[in-house]
Amino acid sequence: MMNVSLSDLEKNFHEVEKGLTDREAVEEANRCLYCYDPPCVKSCPTGIDIPSFIKKVATGNLKGSAKKIMLSNPVGASCARVCPTEELCEGACVLNHSTKPIMIGKLQRYVTDWAIRNEEVLFKAGNKNGKTVAVVGGGPAGLSAARELARMGYTVTIFEAEKEAGGLNTYGIVSFRLPQEVSFWEVNQVKRLGVEIRTNMRVGKDISAKEILDQYDSVVLAVGMGKVPQLGIEGEDLDGVYDAIEFVKETKTKELTDKLVGKRVAVIGAGNTAIDGATCAVRLGAENVKILYRRTKEEMTAYDFEYEFAKQEGVEFRWLTAPKRIVGDENGKVTHIECVRMKLEEPDADGRRRPVPIEGSEFTMRVDVVIKAIGQTRHVDLIEEFGLEHDDGVVKVHPGKYQTSNQKVFACGDVIFDKGKGEAMVVTAAQQGKETAYALHQYLTKAVSETA
Amino acid sequence: MADLSINLAGIKSPNPFWLASAPPTNSGYQVQRAFEAGWGGAVWKTLGEPILNVSSRFAALSFNGQRVAGFNNIELITDRPLEVNLKEIYETKKRFPDRAVVASLMVEPKREKWHEIVKKVEDVGVDGLELNFGCPHGMAERGMGSASGQVPELVEKQTYWVKEVAQTPAIVKLTPNITDITATAEAAVRGGADAVSMINTINSLMGVDLDTWNTIPHVAGKGTHGGYCGPAVKPIALNMVAECARDPYIHVPISGIGGISTWKDAVEFMLMGATGVQVCTAAMHHGFRIVEDMIEGLNNYLDEKGIASVMDIVGKSVHKYSDWGDLDLNYKVVARINPDVCINCNKCHISCEDTSHQCIDILTNENGEEYLKVREEDCVGCNLCSIVCPVDGAIDMVEIPVEHPPMTWKERQAVIGNLSNCNIDIK
Repeated sequence: MMNVSLSDLEKNFHEVEKGLTDREAVEEANRCLYCYDPPCVKSCPTGIDIPSFIKKVATGNLKGSAKKIMLSNPVGASCARVCPTEELCEGACVLNHSTKPIMIGKLQRYVTDWAIRNEEVLFKAGNKNGKTVAVVGGGPAGLSAARELARMGYTVTIFEAEKEAGGLNTYGIVSFRLPQEVSFWEVNQVKRLGVEIRTNMRVGKDISAKEILDQYDSVVLAVGMGKVPQLGIEGEDLDGVYDAIEFVKETKTKELTDKLVGKRVAVIGAGNTAIDGATCAVRLGAENVKILYRRTKEEMTAYDFEYEFAKQEGVEFRWLTAPKRIVGDENGKVTHIECVRMKLEEPDADGRRRPVPIEGSEFTMRVDVVIKAIGQTRHVDLIEEFGLEHDDGVVKVHPGKYQTSNQKVFACGDVIFDKGKGEAMVVTAAQQGKETAYALHQYLTKAVSETA
Repeated sequence: MADLSINLAGIKSPNPFWLASAPPTNSGYQVQRAFEAGWGGAVWKTLGEPILNVSSRFAALSFNGQRVAGFNNIELITDRPLEVNLKEIYETKKRFPDRAVVASLMVEPKREKWHEIVKKVEDVGVDGLELNFGCPHGMAERGMGSASGQVPELVEKQTYWVKEVAQTPAIVKLTPNITDITATAEAAVRGGADAVSMINTINSLMGVDLDTWNTIPHVAGKGTHGGYCGPAVKPIALNMVAECARDPYIHVPISGIGGISTWKDAVEFMLMGATGVQVCTAAMHHGFRIVEDMIEGLNNYLDEKGIASVMDIVGKSVHKYSDWGDLDLNYKVVARINPDVCINCNKCHISCEDTSHQCIDILTNENGEEYLKVREEDCVGCNLCSIVCPVDGAIDMVEIPVEHPPMTWKERQAVIGNLSNCNIDIK
C-alpha cells in the first residue's frame, strides 16, 4: 500500500511511475529486435512505427524518434502513460515468445519527455488551401483531427468548453498517472501549427451550432461524453456525493483540500474512471476506500493494470454489490449507504451477464463520501442542435468515413463510441481524429473536383 | 535542413551513405530497393570473371547476447554473368540518375583485362570505378583481391592500367591485412587513383564448434579464413582512415568503410577524413530501411550544430590525430568517483587494484557504509575505472591543473639532445 502523506497532499499527486534513465532507455532500445512489419505496430491503434522510433533511441536521434511517435499519434506523450500497453503493443511484442517484451510505453515516454523538456516543435503547417474547419472539442480526437487538418493546409479553429484544451488528458486522468504539462505540450504542438484554440467556448451556449455550421466549410464534432449519469436512487443530492469525473478534475484544477482526510469512501462502478476516483480518494487521505460493483471482476471494464494499481493503493473491491439508497444526517451529509447483493443471470444485449438483486440481502455500510463512476452521459442536446442523427446519443457516422447525417459534419472520438464496447481508449480517439481529417479532406477535394 | 550531398572525387550523391560492394548490392533488384529506401549510392558487388561459390558462407560473433557484433564471410565476387550485371546497372542508373552507382572490379593483374572491363562498365553509365584490391579470401589464392592489394607495386601498376582508359573516377579499395595501409594507399595515389576506400575485410576465423570441432562456418567439415567486418572492426577502420587522411602523400578523398552502423559512426569517419561512407553489415542485419535514421540523424546533428553542408565536417578532426611523440607529457586527468551516483559494485576498485595502479580505496563512512575514493595523487588517468563502471556519471575523468607547461616527447628529446650537445650535466 502506498505511503500517503497527510501533511503534504500535493506530494501524493506527483507522477507515480518513474521515467527511464538514459542508460535504461539505451539498453532497452538495444534489446529491441527492430523487427520488420511486426505485430507491435499492428497492435497500435495509431500504427506508430515502433521499431523505428526505438532504433532512433539506440542511435541517439531523439528528435527523429519523437517525430516518428507524434506523427502517428498526436497525443503520443499522453498515450505513453495511459495506454493499456500490455493489451496493445507490448502484449504483441514477439519477445513475449522468447524472453520478455520490450517496454515500449516507457521508451515512448522517455522520448516524448525529452521532446517536452527540450520544447521541441515537431511539425509544420501545410500551405493554406483556403478551407476552414471548426473542430468542436479539444480532447484527443479533436486535437488529432486539428493537427492533421493543419498539416494539410486547413485553417482550423477548435472550440473548447473548458479553460484549457486536452480533454480527458488534461482533466480526466489523475495527475499521478498523467501530469497536466504533458497534455499541455501536446495542445501546444497543435497550436504551433497555427490552429486557433478558443477556450471557454461551449458550443450551444457561447456560440450556436448554426453559427458554426454557417461560418465554416466543415465541422468536426469531437465533444466526447458528458457527466456521470444519475444513479436514480434516494439520497443522491446529499452533501458528500460526487461525480467521479468532476472529482478527478478538481484534483487537477484546484488546490487540494483535506476534506477527505480520515473519511470512508464508496466508489460506485468499476471502470477506469472508478479506479481513478478511488485512488484519488486514497491519495487525498481517505481512511478507507471501497469500490462497489454490481457485477464481478470478470465484467469489470477497468484495465488489469489499473485494477492491480488500485489494489496496491489499498482500495477494496466489493463485487456483486449495488447501491440502493444513500443515507444522510440532519445536516444533509452522507453517513451511510444501503446496498443490495446481486447475482448474475443470462447475458443481455451488450453480451454481459445481467445483474439482478437478491431479495432481502440489503445491508448498510458507514460511509462519508460516495463517488459515482457508472459511465458518462451523452451530449444529446448538442448533437440535436447540430441536427445529426444519433442512436441514444451516439452520433451515427458512415463506417470508416466519420461523416454524419449532415455531410458537412464529421464526428469522432467518444461521441461516436458505441455502448457496451468496454473502455474507450485515448489512442483510439487519436486514430479516429486522424482518419476523420483524411476522410474530410478526401470528401472536400472530391467535391471540388466534381464541381470543377 | 542541411545539405547532405557529397562529391567524392567527382562522384556525386545526394547523401554520404553508400552500400558497400557486398551481398546487398548483388543485383539490380536489390540496389533499386536500396535506392527506394534512400541510399545515396551503391558500389555494385564486384564484377569479374564469374566464379563458383560454396554453400554455408557467413558467420557472426555474438557478444554478451548482442547479435552480429562482428560478421564474416567466405563469399566470393559476383557469380552472375557480366552481361546480366551490366544490363541491371544500366537499368538501375537510368531509374535513379541522381544516385551514385559505382562498379567494383576485380580481374587478373593483366593490363588488357583491366582495360576490357573498365570500358564495359563505363559503357553502361557507371559514375565511378572501385578497384577491389582487398578481398582477403578465395580470390586472393588466385592472385587477385588482397593478394594484389598487399603489394604496393601491384596496386600502383593496376591502378595505372585502369587510369589509362578510365573516363570516370577510380577509387582504390584497400585491404587492412597489411602492416601499414598508408604504403598501399600511397601506391594507389602514385598509380593515379582519384580516391581510396577502406577497409576491406580482415582475415578471420569466427569460431570452432565445441562438439563437432568444425570451424564456423564449415563447408562439408572444412573451413577457410573469411573476411571480418561489422561493428567490431570500426576502430581498426577508423584508424586506417585517419592515418591515410593525415598522410600528405595521400591527397585524394577517402571513402570510409568498416563497421559503420549509424549516423554517429558516419560522422566520426567523416570528421576523420572520409568524404562519404559505405555500409554493409548493418544493412545485412536490419535491411535497407536503416538508412532513413542515418539520413535523419545526420541531418538533425548538422542542424543542431548549425552546419550547412555535410562536406563542411570532412576531415575536421584529422589535425587532432598525431604521433604519440606529439602528445603533451604534462597533461593530466584523474578519476573522480561521485558517491551519490555510485552503486557500489566495486568493479572500478578491483580493476584498478589488480590490473592498473592500485589507487581506488574502499572506505567506510561514519554511518558504517562503504564508499569508493580515488587517491588522486596516485592516479595516472588511465580511464580503466570509468570504462568498467556500469553507471553513467558515477566516475568522471577530470582534467587537473598542472604546474608545468605542455611538453611533448619529441620536444623533450630535442631539449635533451641540445643539452647533451653542449655537454651540460643534466642530472
